[in-house]
Amino acid sequence: MAIVAQTSKLGTVGRPILAWIVALLFFFPIFWLIFTSFKTDADAVKPEFLFFFTPTLDNYLNMTENYDYWRFATNSVITSVLATAVALFVGIPAAYAMAFNPTRRTKDVLMWMLSTKMLPAAAVLYPMTFLAKGIGLFDTHFVIIIVLALINLPIVVWMLFTYFKEIPKDIIEAGQMDGVNTWGEIKEILIPLAWGGIASTALLCFIFCWNEAYWTVRLTTTDAATLSKLIEGNRAPEGLFFGRLSAVSAAAVGPIVVLGWFCQKQLVQGLTFGAVK
Amino acid sequence: MGRIVLENVVKRFDETEVIPPLDLTIEEGEFAVFVGPSGCGKSTLLRLIAGLEDATAGRVLIDGEDVTEVSPSKRGLAMVFQSYALYPHMTVRKNIAFPMRMAGMSEAEQNERITAAAKSLNLTDYLDRKPGQLSGGQRQRVAIGRAIVREPEAFLFDEPLSNLDAALRVGMRLEISEMHKRLQTTMIYVTHDQVEAMTMADKIVVLQAGVIEQVGSPLELYKTPRNVFVAGFIGSPKMNLLSGVEAAEYDADTIGIRPEHIDISMKSKKGSWEGTVGVAEHLGSDTFIHIHGIPGCDPMTVRAGGDIEVKHGDKIYLSPQAEHIHKFSEDGLRIP
Ligand SMILES: Nc1ncnc2c1ncn2[C@@H]1O[C@H](COP(=O)(O)OP(=O)(O)O)[C@@H](O)[C@H]1O
Ligand SMILES: [Mg+2]
Repeated sequence: MAIVAQTSKLGTVGRPILAWIVALLFFFPIFWLIFTSFKTDADAVKPEFLFFFTPTLDNYLNMTENYDYWRFATNSVITSVLATAVALFVGIPAAYAMAFNPTRRTKDVLMWMLSTKMLPAAAVLYPMTFLAKGIGLFDTHFVIIIVLALINLPIVVWMLFTYFKEIPKDIIEAGQMDGVNTWGEIKEILIPLAWGGIASTALLCFIFCWNEAYWTVRLTTTDAATLSKLIEGNRAPEGLFFGRLSAVSAAAVGPIVVLGWFCQKQLVQGLTFGAVK
Repeated sequence: MGRIVLENVVKRFDETEVIPPLDLTIEEGEFAVFVGPSGCGKSTLLRLIAGLEDATAGRVLIDGEDVTEVSPSKRGLAMVFQSYALYPHMTVRKNIAFPMRMAGMSEAEQNERITAAAKSLNLTDYLDRKPGQLSGGQRQRVAIGRAIVREPEAFLFDEPLSNLDAALRVGMRLEISEMHKRLQTTMIYVTHDQVEAMTMADKIVVLQAGVIEQVGSPLELYKTPRNVFVAGFIGSPKMNLLSGVEAAEYDADTIGIRPEHIDISMKSKKGSWEGTVGVAEHLGSDTFIHIHGIPGCDPMTVRAGGDIEVKHGDKIYLSPQAEHIHKFSEDGLRIP
C-alpha cells in the first residue's frame, strides 16, 4: 500500500517535469529558429549576441522581396489542400469497403498498402523524375498533388478503416433496409458518424503534405515549388544570412505549428488511431 | 402484398454450411416466427430474406418476383434489429423520417406519418431527442416507428425484445401483436424464446442447425410435435421425456408427457410412477413440482394447482394421462 502511494505521489510530481523536459527538447529548434529570425544577419553569427541583441522585424518585413514567400506559400496551400482532398476522396470509399464488406484478403490488402510506406523513396527517385518529365508534368501542381496524395494514401486508408470499424455494422445495414444506395450510406450515415475521425485524418494528411520535402524538392523548380523547396533551395547560396533564412523558415513552419496547436485534441485522437474515445 | 417464398435456399460461410437446402413459404399477412436455439441459423435465414446475406444457392421470391439478386434497399422490406440500429447522429424525428426521405416522399406526407407513428408508439414527447437520450424501450419503439412509416411489404424482426427487461418485454410483445392485427402486413419474427413464439405467431418455424424441424401453428406444435426436438423445445415448463423401460411399455423408444398432463396423488395407483418431491415452485396460479426418482427422467416436472401443499422429501405418485402421451421412434420421429 505504502509503496503504491509513494510511487503515485512521485509520479504526480515527476511525470509533468519529465513531460516538460521532453517537450522543451522537441520545441527548442523551433524556438531557436524564431529567436534567430529577430536578429539581423550580421548579429546572428556573432557569439556575443547569442542571447542579448536588438530585435528587428526587418527579416519578416523584407521576406516577400528577399524570397517571394507568398508564391511558395500559395503553392504549399494549393498542393496540400488538394492532395488531402484527393486522398480522402479515394480513401473514404476504400476504407468503407474494407470495413463493412471485408473479404478473406482484406487484412492482406491493408498490410500491403502499409508495406509501400517501407519502400525507400530514393528507390523510385529516377523512375518518378523521368516519368514526370517524360509526360510533361514536371514542376506542375498536378504531379505534386498526385504524389502527395499517393504517399499519404496508405496512412489515410488505415486511419479511416480503424474509425469506420468502430461504427456498428447494424447501422449501415439499417440504412440499406431503409432504402439508401451505396453513395447514400457513405453520405448520410458513414460521414456524419465518423466525422471526427475523418477530420483527424484530414488534418494529419494535410500536415504530412505540408511538411513533405523529398518529392516536392525534387519534382519542382519554380512553378509548383512549395515552402519546403524555398527553404531547401536557399540553404547553400545564402548560408550566411541566418537571420532572414530563419525568418522565412519560421514563416514556413509557422502555419502548421499554429494549426497543430489549435487542433491538438483532434491530432492526438488521430494519432492514437481512435483508441481515445 | 408480402408473400415470401424460399426455394432450395442454401447458405455457406466459407466451408461451413449454415443453411442446408431449405424450402419455406410465408403467406401474405402472416405472422411467422423463426424459433430455435442460439446459433441455429435464424438470423442468417432472416438476413437472406432481407438481402443482407447473399444466398449461396436457391431463390428468394417476394410476391412471386425473384429478388435473389436484388439489393436490400430495393426489396421493400423493413427490419428491426436486436441492437435497434438507430442513427445516433439524428433525432428521433429524423430517424423515423429517414426511409421516407430516401424514398423521396413529400415533406407534408412525411410529417403526417411521423405524427401518426409517434402517437401510436408514445413517442410524441421525444421526437427532438437523440437516440442516446432514450431508454431501451423507447429506442425499440423508434426502431419500430422507422419500420412502419414506409408501409413495407413485410416486417422483419431479429430478436427485437431480447435487450429489454422482462416486464417491458411482455408489454412490447403485445404491442407488436396488436400492430400486426391492425396493419395485417406480413411479419417475420426471430426469437430463441419459445414463449414469444407461442404467444405471437400464426405460424412457427422451428429450426435446428439450419434445418426446419417443423412448421405449424402454435397449437399444432404443442399438440403434435413432429419429433423429440420440437417436443422438448415447445412448451413451458418443458415436456418430460422418458426412454428405456417406461417407453418400452408404450412400444416407443422415447415417450413424452407434458407437466400439465400428469395427475398426482399421495397414494400409489395402478401404473403410477413413484417419486420424491425435490423443489416446488409456487407461482400462485400454478405450482411446478420437480420430482426425483423416476427412472429415465430426472427430475420430472409436474404442473399442479396453486393451492397444493407438498414439501421437499414427500413421497408422491404420478399418473400420466394416456391420451396425452407422445410416442417417438428410435430416429426421434413421432409415432402417430
Ligand atoms: N458472417 C459469418 N461468417 C461465418 N459464420 C457465420 C456468419 N454469420 C453467422 N455465422 C454462423 O452461422 C451460424 C448461425 O448463425 P445465426 O444465424 O446468427 O444464428 P442465430 O441467429 O440462430 O443465433 C452460427 O454458427 C454462426 O457462427
Ligand atoms: Mg441471431
